[in-house]
Amino acid sequence: MEKNLLVSASPHIRDHITTRRIMLDVVIALTPAALSGIYFFGWKAALLIAVCIVSCVVFEYIMVKIRKKPLSIGDCSAIVTGLLLALSLPPGLPVWMAILGCFIAIVVIKQLFGGIGYNFINPALGARVFMIISFAQAMTTWVEPGLDAVSSATPLAIMKQAEAGAVLPDMSDMLLGNIGGCIGETSVIALLIGAVWLLARTVITWHIPVFYLGSVALLTWMLGGEGVFNGNPLLHLVTGGLLLGAVYMATDYTTTPMTKKGSIIFAIGCGVVTSVIRLYGALPEGVSFAILFMNLLVPLIDRYTIPKNFGGAIKK
Amino acid sequence: MLRKKTFKQGATLPHIKNTAQDQTILMPAPKTIVVPMLQHIGAPCEPTVNKGDHVKVGQVIGDTDKYVSAPIHSGVSGKVVKMDIILTYAGNNVPVMIIESDGENEVYEGVRPPKIGNLDEFVKAIRASGLVGLGGAGFPTHVKLNLPNEANIDTLIVNAVECEPYITSDNREALEHTRHVVRGMQIIGEYLKIPNIIIGVEDNKPESIEILSQAVKGTKIKVQPLITRYPQGAEKMLISALTGRKVPSGGLPSDVGTIVLNITTVSFISKYLETGMPLVKRRVTVDGTAVKNPGNVEVVLGTTIRELLDFCGGVTEEIKKVIMGGPMMGIANYNIDMPILKQNNAILALGEELGDPPDETPCIRCGRCITRCPMSLMPVYLDLYSRRRDLDQLHKYHIMDCMECGSCTYNCPAKRYLVQSIRMGKTLIKQQPKVKGGK
Ligand code: SF4
Ligand code: SF4
Repeated sequence: MEKNLLVSASPHIRDHITTRRIMLDVVIALTPAALSGIYFFGWKAALLIAVCIVSCVVFEYIMVKIRKKPLSIGDCSAIVTGLLLALSLPPGLPVWMAILGCFIAIVVIKQLFGGIGYNFINPALGARVFMIISFAQAMTTWVEPGLDAVSSATPLAIMKQAEAGAVLPDMSDMLLGNIGGCIGETSVIALLIGAVWLLARTVITWHIPVFYLGSVALLTWMLGGEGVFNGNPLLHLVTGGLLLGAVYMATDYTTTPMTKKGSIIFAIGCGVVTSVIRLYGALPEGVSFAILFMNLLVPLIDRYTIPKNFGGAIKK
Repeated sequence: MLRKKTFKQGATLPHIKNTAQDQTILMPAPKTIVVPMLQHIGAPCEPTVNKGDHVKVGQVIGDTDKYVSAPIHSGVSGKVVKMDIILTYAGNNVPVMIIESDGENEVYEGVRPPKIGNLDEFVKAIRASGLVGLGGAGFPTHVKLNLPNEANIDTLIVNAVECEPYITSDNREALEHTRHVVRGMQIIGEYLKIPNIIIGVEDNKPESIEILSQAVKGTKIKVQPLITRYPQGAEKMLISALTGRKVPSGGLPSDVGTIVLNITTVSFISKYLETGMPLVKRRVTVDGTAVKNPGNVEVVLGTTIRELLDFCGGVTEEIKKVIMGGPMMGIANYNIDMPILKQNNAILALGEELGDPPDETPCIRCGRCITRCPMSLMPVYLDLYSRRRDLDQLHKYHIMDCMECGSCTYNCPAKRYLVQSIRMGKTLIKQQPKVKGGK
């Protein structure tokens, strides 16, 4: 007699892709941005990144133990949340605030709603917005890159308030990341390298970033300056964490629509809300709020973008 | 060469066509054959011979007067030694006839080329041959050919796609029996008065494309290369790839003026009209990591998997899983003493390397299942609502359109058992008394 044969349902082969591999790819993609943040902002940035990753993983561990769920640390999603949150914090933020942010992200937003796949807003973004509201001062205290932490203003704030004497930094500094801002949002080049990685590994498709950035560019160009079609879309594209948001946060699977069509609607929505906040709102920067707002509309978008089944009758 | 075509969505799979170059080997008839009375979709057959009777090769041993069914013939000459019941891999108890061969392989007197004058006789002859879809579906061919009068068929599609990994038996048919493939198409085209004939082949079989293109020169048959993509061999996908037409949900190929037949099925028709020998043998691809000498083997139907594997040099390691058919839609067998059936195009014996079925983790809403589903469904919701037993939602998301191709499950990073729960959902719906008419 041979050993019992394994009987299981088809298909009998699976692709190699796993949740863990996807998350690790995101971590890899964010590494250039993290490194450039550390390079420009120094050890404080490194400390914040480390603290956020560790506390997210620890919170995740504690929560799955409490909820008696299978251990999900291995899927690496907590690392992604920690890293993303750190990269969207100002480099000078006190450590305890960062830990509180991680608590909000993992415990409140992610685990209390059921863990990976069940949260309805992006944990890192949700935590960031919570912190902007709670610690308005600390969250908007920017430092000039370099060792002497001179407080400075972000390019968007400069544009908005036209602070006396403040001038916009060079475009080349903005591309490299040599400007004031959050740890991971300033270096456009580093973020683009990561974006290419995500696209090449098919973790994301081009739809959301392109439609998001495109709609912001269009709107800020049309309405951003004196009269129409006189704005400076390029400046808007490279600042204020737009790239970080469009490539890494608006593409989060769980909190965005699942269909192509839905994704495009979502991305354009993000673009519109971001532009409106930037051009007319009180806040200098609208990416976090825009994505968060659109996160909330995802169930609605999903409901109205059910694909037509193959050979199905056209119904409304 | 013609511009390659394909259908929308679907999955990219490894090809693993190890046996594509392996000439078919004939396996001698085994000592005993085990012949189930149900080897097709439709009504099972009743035995037409009794225990103790002597039968010959090609003799009818099971038949029924139900229309959607196909008679069953003996593949050996010898004595019916036992009537039994087996539990098939599909989960139903089916009567089987066990025939002990006398080693003579004497051909039954009734085996002679059928006389055919018109379409009606053609369809009758096909039924008598016991032919079913040899590509894996097992649907009685005469039923497909017997079109209602109002059906306006303008295209005969021959399916040489063979989109499942490993399997190469149709490929070998194209290469080894090219003449019969072409002749079969012409015969069907003539009797059914179908103006267009297209044979679709995926571009991972360049030899087949080449040989067939040569062979159809001077006929109206068109050989259409297709970009390799799973599940292109599914009828609806193939029709869409070749003609751009979409079979309506719940409909049949004839609704869009087409009829789809597998290449080996077509070739068999030509052979049968020449010799009159009914379907008692077929080519099976034997492959998988546990098989010593993988290859394409022509076996007498009713040969057990065990004998077939022995013929292929036995196994090199303990078998972990035996699949009848391809790795995407084939069925795992619980026992290697099961016989080869008419529709079995492959036997895959997989060893340790296969690994265990993956653990399921929560859905991360990545949408991959949706962008891969050839039927444009939302497998993620079908999974959710099947598990919740929410039949209304299942109808809303068109669960009955799912053809269980497995593209969604294959690509799911969370390793959800989507097809499995969709099957459960379908079963729930079928058990439900029909309240609102269909769909
Ligand atoms: S839902 Fe059905 S038809 Fe669609 S990919 Fe999954 S198994 Fe195939
Ligand atoms: S592929 Fe899997 S993880 Fe992705 S949406 Fe579908 S079921 Fe969820």
